Amino acid sequence: MSTVLDVQSLHKHFGTTHAVNDVSFTLSAGQSLGIVGESGSGKTTTARIVAGLERPDAGKVLVHGVGRDRHRRLARARQIQMVFQDPFLSLDPRLTVAATLKEALRLHFPKADHSERVDELLQQVGLGPREAGARPRQLSGGQRQRVAIARALAVEPQVLVLDEAVAALDVSVQAQILNLLADIREATGVAYLFITHDLGVVRCVTDDVLVMRRGRVVERGPTAAVMAAPSHPYTALLLASLPRPGWDPHAIAAQRKSLD
Amino acid sequence: MTIALARVLGLNRSKPSGRYLYRCCITFVAIVVLIAVFAPWLAPHNPNAVDLSDALAGPGRSHLLGVDADGRDTLSRLIIGARTSLLGPLGVTVLSTVAGVIIGVASAWYGGWVDSLLSRTSELLFAFPGLLLAILIVAIYGEGLLAPVVALGAAYLPYVSRLTRSLVLTEKKRPYVEACRIQGQSSLQIAMMHVLPNVAPVVLAQSTINFGYALIDLAGLSFLGLGVPPLTPDWGAMVFDGESAIQQGYPLSAFVPCIAIILTVVAFNVVGEHWADRVARREPQ
Amino acid sequence: MTILDISNLTLTLPDTARPVLSNVSLSIGETETVALVGESGSGKTLTARSVIRLLPHGARVTGTVKVAGQDVLTMDARTLTTLRVSTAAMIFQDPRASINPLRRIGDFLTETIRARDKAVEMLARVGLPVSTAAQYPGALSGGMLQRVMIAATLMGDPKLILADEPTTALDVTTQAEVIALLTDLKPSLLFVTHDLGLASAISDRVYVMYAGRIVETGTADDLFSNPRHPYTRALLNSSPRIDGPARRLTAIDGYPPDLRTPLTGCPFAPRCPLATAICTEQEPQPVNHVACHHA
Repeated sequence: MSTVLDVQSLHKHFGTTHAVNDVSFTLSAGQSLGIVGESGSGKTTTARIVAGLERPDAGKVLVHGVGRDRHRRLARARQIQMVFQDPFLSLDPRLTVAATLKEALRLHFPKADHSERVDELLQQVGLGPREAGARPRQLSGGQRQRVAIARALAVEPQVLVLDEAVAALDVSVQAQILNLLADIREATGVAYLFITHDLGVVRCVTDDVLVMRRGRVVERGPTAAVMAAPSHPYTALLLASLPRPGWDPHAIAAQRKSLD
Repeated sequence: MTIALARVLGLNRSKPSGRYLYRCCITFVAIVVLIAVFAPWLAPHNPNAVDLSDALAGPGRSHLLGVDADGRDTLSRLIIGARTSLLGPLGVTVLSTVAGVIIGVASAWYGGWVDSLLSRTSELLFAFPGLLLAILIVAIYGEGLLAPVVALGAAYLPYVSRLTRSLVLTEKKRPYVEACRIQGQSSLQIAMMHVLPNVAPVVLAQSTINFGYALIDLAGLSFLGLGVPPLTPDWGAMVFDGESAIQQGYPLSAFVPCIAIILTVVAFNVVGEHWADRVARREPQ
Repeated sequence: MTILDISNLTLTLPDTARPVLSNVSLSIGETETVALVGESGSGKTLTARSVIRLLPHGARVTGTVKVAGQDVLTMDARTLTTLRVSTAAMIFQDPRASINPLRRIGDFLTETIRARDKAVEMLARVGLPVSTAAQYPGALSGGMLQRVMIAATLMGDPKLILADEPTTALDVTTQAEVIALLTDLKPSLLFVTHDLGLASAISDRVYVMYAGRIVETGTADDLFSNPRHPYTRALLNSSPRIDGPARRLTAIDGYPPDLRTPLTGCPFAPRCPLATAICTEQEPQPVNHVACHHA
């Protein structure tokens, strides 16, 4: 499989905090890689650097072997797109769904007629003409997130970065969106970089996983293997922290203290 | 969730008494604007026609609001005066809004030294009381509407630019702006097509209020004898001319323009504040 | 002794087509931990707030809410204030939104009960050092702030603690620590959450809510291993789990009912795989702790 994304030795400081400390990974076409961590782990900053919203202090982000900064604005957009955590704030509140999608299409494919493509995109994410004319405040959280996904796909990117894309959704809606994402990956071959704190979600939607803690990658590997037999104590702690029958919060609290 | 619930169901609508006042005021504003637009056809007499035989007469059949000290019909002067009295503030508002928004957006968008330069410059303008600045300009350039309008426009500019700047700063941090950047839009595109339209309602509501203040300031200038040339019908000038009429015991020609100014300013303020409230309530927290 | 006894609580807000809470009945005994599970719009937060009569403006309520034998809905303001401090105390979801950032922790703790030494004792009880009292909220992490909130509720020696999604805003490892603390406490606990797994792991009994109604209740083990109501089953199936085989989630189609559309029959019927004609006509009454025609 060809490597689409190659991240090499990223570093980023915010003041005295070393938010991203020597992070490297690769992503192949159609692969789904999860980055798991808690707050302060650096996973969101890494995602933002990959998407182009922040500049790293050191390190490179290469798409098909070429540095991202070498491309022009529109070409960069066609490489990597992003879906954000808060579905409401990530859409322009003034625009209807159709207008938002048309804007993205007009920017990248100025000559084509867009109405058909807009319908296609909406169908792909499970929405219809009723939602096309609505504004974000008239839609539910799940519907808004579908619009955000449609907007990202409109550009036909090679990589889709999902930054806690299901964290703000109810469990039943989250399930719908996760299934949708799996279907889309199968249909379009787009690669996913899935940032989340939720190990259950990672298990559902990723092939491989990186575990980050305090800016560093502490473990990496195929998701199933890492979750079945974690080698780093922090990964083990994360797994044990998930509530289920037989869960002992006191043991976890003790485990956490021993890690520090 | 209950707060979101209340908002969705419109449970925080304005009080009924507030809405009644708003409706009255916006009707009044509409009437005043219409009068100003159709003034030449509405005025019963030539506003500058002097009829000394009738000087300082009270309200009568041919002069519904009486005449002033020079025998000119008060009602006609009021109607024609609406044009000048509204045109000036319009100029001030347009000037201060356009310039203020450009400066505010530039400051907030680029930050850094651009922001420092623009903010410090507009703070200098803050330091000048608008009216005094206008008087200074008139003293230099003489009579006419243009000079005071430009001066007041400059004096009001920092209010608009400061508001715009803080609104744009907040808007800039919203995820949809980042989403637009990732989509590949240029800074200019995002500022013009997304950020500006989203902050515009608040800025425009504020500008409507500024209109009222500009009206008072310009009327004040005319009252002081600066501003419009002597024969132009203008509400502020009419108050100035009517000073002697009050002293002679025929106050109508001075009171009527006064009342017109007060009512118009209050009406504009109420409308502007209502719009600002409505916009603020639409914003999700 | 039953610490909390909610009986047929129905809450209606103006301009809605259906009651926000409909015939909710719930009880908690001494030292019991009871979980109230539901998604957004299920009414779980409102139910918890009604225990201390923290209701939205214009709400009309019927039914009774008895805390330690006294009906909260009919008591006077003075008794209500005493109740909120020393009988039933509430912990909210986001500690940073609930604590005044401009005052020190020690001042926050002694706002209602002016006992400095008690504040220090409570801080120790929640595992925080004495020096915390002199700090400002901005210096503390989310987990530490939530412990401060718990300390504040303990100041009045309440018999019942109402916790409204207390760990949703926290990291998963911090969540474990805060939960450990909460479950160690003596007072009874009403734990509101959207996480069925968490509810089952820490509570004695669980109530599941949907569209303002209780649809199922039972012991934690029973509910988790053998859910009887289709919604409970669907909720479990749509939660991503880390045990068992990795499979595609069974999502529930559609969305929860809007407050502006009137409801006849069972609220879950439009989305239920077992729905038949009777489900849309008649609202199912709870039989054996499940409100379903086909349980």
